[in-house]
Amino acid sequence: MIEIKNLHKSYKMGKNSLHVLKGINFSVEEGELVAIMGSSGSGKSTLLNILGMLDELDEGSYTLDGVPIKNLNETKAAQYRNKFLGFIFQSFNLINYKSALENVALPLYYQKVGRKERQEKALKYLEQVGLKQWATHLPSELSGGQKQRVAIARAMAAEPKVLLADEPTGALDSTTSYEVMDLIQKINDQGNTILVVTHEEDIAHMCKRIVHLKDGVIVEDKKVEQVRASQYV
Amino acid sequence: MFNKDRWKEIVEVMSSNVVRTIATAFGVGWGIFILIILLAAGKGLENGIRQDFNGVATNTIFMWTETTSMAFEGLPEGRNFNFKLEDVELLRQNIPELRILSPRNSIRLEEGDNVVRGTETGRYRVFGDYPEIIEQNPMYVTHGRFFNHNDIKEKRKVVVIGNRIRDELYNDDEEVLGTYLKISGINFMVVGIYKEKTSNGGGENSERQIFMPFTTFSQAFNRADNVGWMAITAKDGSSISNLTEKIVNTVKQSRKIHPKDERAIGYFDLYEQFNRVQSLFGALRFVAYFVGILVLISGIIGVSNIMLIVIKERTKEIGIRRALGEDPWSIRLQVLMESVFLTIMSGMIGIIFGALSIYGINTLLNAVGPVDMFLNPSVSLGVVVSALLILVVSGLLAGFLPANSAIKIRPIEALRNE
Ligand SMILES: Nc1ncnc2c1ncn2[C@@H]1O[C@H](COP(=O)(O)OP(=O)(O)OP(=O)(O)O)[C@@H](O)[C@H]1O
Ligand SMILES: [Mg+2]
Repeated sequence: MIEIKNLHKSYKMGKNSLHVLKGINFSVEEGELVAIMGSSGSGKSTLLNILGMLDELDEGSYTLDGVPIKNLNETKAAQYRNKFLGFIFQSFNLINYKSALENVALPLYYQKVGRKERQEKALKYLEQVGLKQWATHLPSELSGGQKQRVAIARAMAAEPKVLLADEPTGALDSTTSYEVMDLIQKINDQGNTILVVTHEEDIAHMCKRIVHLKDGVIVEDKKVEQVRASQYV
Repeated sequence: MFNKDRWKEIVEVMSSNVVRTIATAFGVGWGIFILIILLAAGKGLENGIRQDFNGVATNTIFMWTETTSMAFEGLPEGRNFNFKLEDVELLRQNIPELRILSPRNSIRLEEGDNVVRGTETGRYRVFGDYPEIIEQNPMYVTHGRFFNHNDIKEKRKVVVIGNRIRDELYNDDEEVLGTYLKISGINFMVVGIYKEKTSNGGGENSERQIFMPFTTFSQAFNRADNVGWMAITAKDGSSISNLTEKIVNTVKQSRKIHPKDERAIGYFDLYEQFNRVQSLFGALRFVAYFVGILVLISGIIGVSNIMLIVIKERTKEIGIRRALGEDPWSIRLQVLMESVFLTIMSGMIGIIFGALSIYGINTLLNAVGPVDMFLNPSVSLGVVVSALLILVVSGLLAGFLPANSAIKIRPIEALRNE
């Protein structure tokens, strides 16, 4: 599903340049649930942003579902993001003047799905994350965990090939974190490929594979026995 | 492009900060308001002045004789002379572009009353004219008729009198038509009463005149084939101003006037006057647009500025939308539509207030009665349509910079600032 070869990325800041990713080789099969760990500043988000086509790589190659990702203009990148990827952010990033339902329907709107179908689908995904009754509420009327569940529903709505989650539980307490992880596990059970960036050991062990980043390279990549989050909720 | 979701979004954005939206919109509304008011004022002036020309063939000159200023072919300087009826024929034949040639004679007004009706008397100007003069003079017949070519042919002793004469010589309820007036000792039957077309000034004396058939006049007052004055109108395609020189030269030749004698023949070019006024209206309209658009431009800059600020504030939102896969073009379109919508809405309010003010001014004008040279200020549908066009263009201009800055936002930068 994802194939990365010899990925390099550096940031230029004035005269200096900061080499963040130094030759990453990495591939993910369909249906995997991968945790990406590493200390702060190790380049986790940078990697995820490149995978998400929010940022460009300097060197190396990236293939997503057999499609080589390179030299994308903004319009093309937007199309690919919309079709292939779902994003879940630490700070939820819901649009605050739109209701939960409208937020979830947004990626479908960009796919030019008709209004009625959009609403139905969005409602279906809200139901999946257990927030059907909250459909008409604004994000400001939801708790953190609820917001993240809306964001997950939104990421799912376009039925992407890969879900990318950058510290999805970073802003939540442990109970809510487990609820969110439970949801992610269930989505993964349905066969979706998911990458989760996290700092927390316990969250990482709820995935099926853990990748450790250090100083811009992968220092460890191991399969783990998945801990089910449902037992904590 | 114009689907429900976009409109919903526009309304959401506008209503999320109502005060700012109104403040932003104000400049544009104000600009359009000023444009409309200035155009209406110009139109009012134009209507007022144009009324003076109302129904008059403006492609006209009036021509009369003065004394000669140069000796010519044995004839002395300072000579008095008249046009002759043959001159009228000559002009008609030599200059086919002429439509109406009205020769006229008149009695020089002297001391004392010249018109008598029973015990009433008055002192009025008396003209001998051809029926066509009614096209060249701003007058219309309110009772009876104007004289016609039969009257001319048979030299009937009939007159058409001004409304003021009627007031001065007759009682209110008296029948005027068919009565007789004694003019310089000769009896004439009144067949019609005329009124001035213009509302302002002049009316007083111009409704104190008596018109009779040219031939009747010549016979009654012994003018033989003399002609004192002419009103000459060109056909619609040609300009009388361009023909004037030819007309004057033709008459000079037949009257034996020195070709360089500038004084002998006097004329007044109504057409030139009319055109001068026309171009004044053009200039007024230009000033109105100029000022209105200047004010509008400052409004546009205001809208553009605020929209830029709004885009800055929405950076994160735009980043999220980009991450979710919104096409940059869609974002640009959204911003442009917001800007056009905002300008059009505020412009509409400007137009509405402008229209209300014009309505108010008209009501006021109606209440205080006619004002000199100002009548019915108004804007045409054409003006409203062009104002709307201007608004759409302004909206696009105002949205251009903000839209560009919106699509320059890279989603990753936008999502970073937390
Ligand atoms: N746009 C940028 N310009 C310059 N430097 C950057 C930029 N983005 C990231 N960096 C730098 O690159 C390095 C890696 O950043 P990254 O955000 O990938 O770290 P991270 O592993 O996600 O850390 P954290 O756990 O704190 O989120 C950091 O040193 C950071 O300062
Ligand atoms: Mg990070």
